[in-house]
Amino acid sequence: MSYLSDVAALARKDLRLELRARDTLPAMLLFVISTLVVFHFTLPQGGSRLAAFGLLWVALVFTALLGLTRAFAAEREGEVLDGLVLAPSDRSAIWLGKAIAMLVFLVAAEAVALPAFALFFDPGIDGRTLLGVALADLGICTVGTLLAGMAAASRARELLLPLLFLPLAIPIVIGGVGTSVAGGGRYVELLVLYDAIFAIICWASFEYVVTE
Amino acid sequence: MVAAVAMIAFFAPEDADQGLSQKIFYFHVPIALTAYACFGWGAWKALLHLWKRRPGADLESYVAVHQGVIFGALTLVTGSIWAKISWGVWWAWSSNQLVLFLVLFLFYAAYFMLRFSVEPGPRRANLSAVYALFGVALIPVSFLAIRLANDFIHPTVFTSHGPQMSGRMFATFCVSWAAMLLLVGTLYHVELAGKRLDSRLRELRELLA
Repeated sequence: MSYLSDVAALARKDLRLELRARDTLPAMLLFVISTLVVFHFTLPQGGSRLAAFGLLWVALVFTALLGLTRAFAAEREGEVLDGLVLAPSDRSAIWLGKAIAMLVFLVAAEAVALPAFALFFDPGIDGRTLLGVALADLGICTVGTLLAGMAAASRARELLLPLLFLPLAIPIVIGGVGTSVAGGGRYVELLVLYDAIFAIICWASFEYVVTE
Repeated sequence: MVAAVAMIAFFAPEDADQGLSQKIFYFHVPIALTAYACFGWGAWKALLHLWKRRPGADLESYVAVHQGVIFGALTLVTGSIWAKISWGVWWAWSSNQLVLFLVLFLFYAAYFMLRFSVEPGPRRANLSAVYALFGVALIPVSFLAIRLANDFIHPTVFTSHGPQMSGRMFATFCVSWAAMLLLVGTLYHVELAGKRLDSRLRELRELLA
């Protein structure tokens, strides 16, 4: 039980920091709305509903990326990551707590983005799309948090994360767009498979990302 | 290597559909399979580094990935030439293997970005190893994903009923693959020797300074 309480404490710490400083979520919200407005002008009149769904996924992935670049910013600025690593708990709890906090941010951004998308493009969002978004969120947050930890250790930092993350996000995008426009169970299966495989790898390997 | 080229030129029968251009198959597919072998080998070394803490495994993993990226780029080039000749376009998104190699190429290019933006040391070895492990998980997952996302224009030569080609073609293919593996093995050892020499030289220089 102490593992779970460690995770809960770490996630609560990130959420409370965000409530007080408000430096990630408002940026994500503003970014996703402005991206959708830009997309409205890039999509020619009479552009198909399917194309709009494709753009939704672009907006979601890049919004998540924006949040993830900030994931370890507080730790880096306060130089508390070493303290967290030395704390007497499993290191993967740091990853899981952070991933949960990122998931909350992302879901909050989407709670605004999806209605806005429905309002701007009138695409007819159904339950399948919501399921796809939820599964993709899991994958984005698990993989993205680990990669953000990696990028935080490098010199290039913010520059590096998109390069590391986007090739790994391609299966998520394919699965997500597939559930929205093709609506097949196989795309949902793909997302579930992706989430499961990468969650296990991240959980097992985060320790090596923060230690020497 | 010479034997493989000779067999490709004289021994293998010409393909009924595609004629001479089909011979690039004996380069393209072995190169692609060799690149997979390199990525797999790199990930195996990465696992050894993380798990057993074997000294030198990090460097071996890096060299294997490096060779894999070179062969992956060659796969993209030969695949593109083949696509131009047999389908009339330089790039076909419907070709699953080519798209997969593009994704992998981007992924492993990011591996180098990561490696060169972290100070050398145990931290860099760990980060590279974890990322290399992500790579082998990404290969099957993206393969599935890209297959789902596309129709099937690409000829599937290997099916569950065994290879769909004649005996002489298959023999040529095997020799050619073996030649590629030998080539990559040699390159791997040469580069590894060079890198080891380099690091030893650097240690010596630090001792003397």
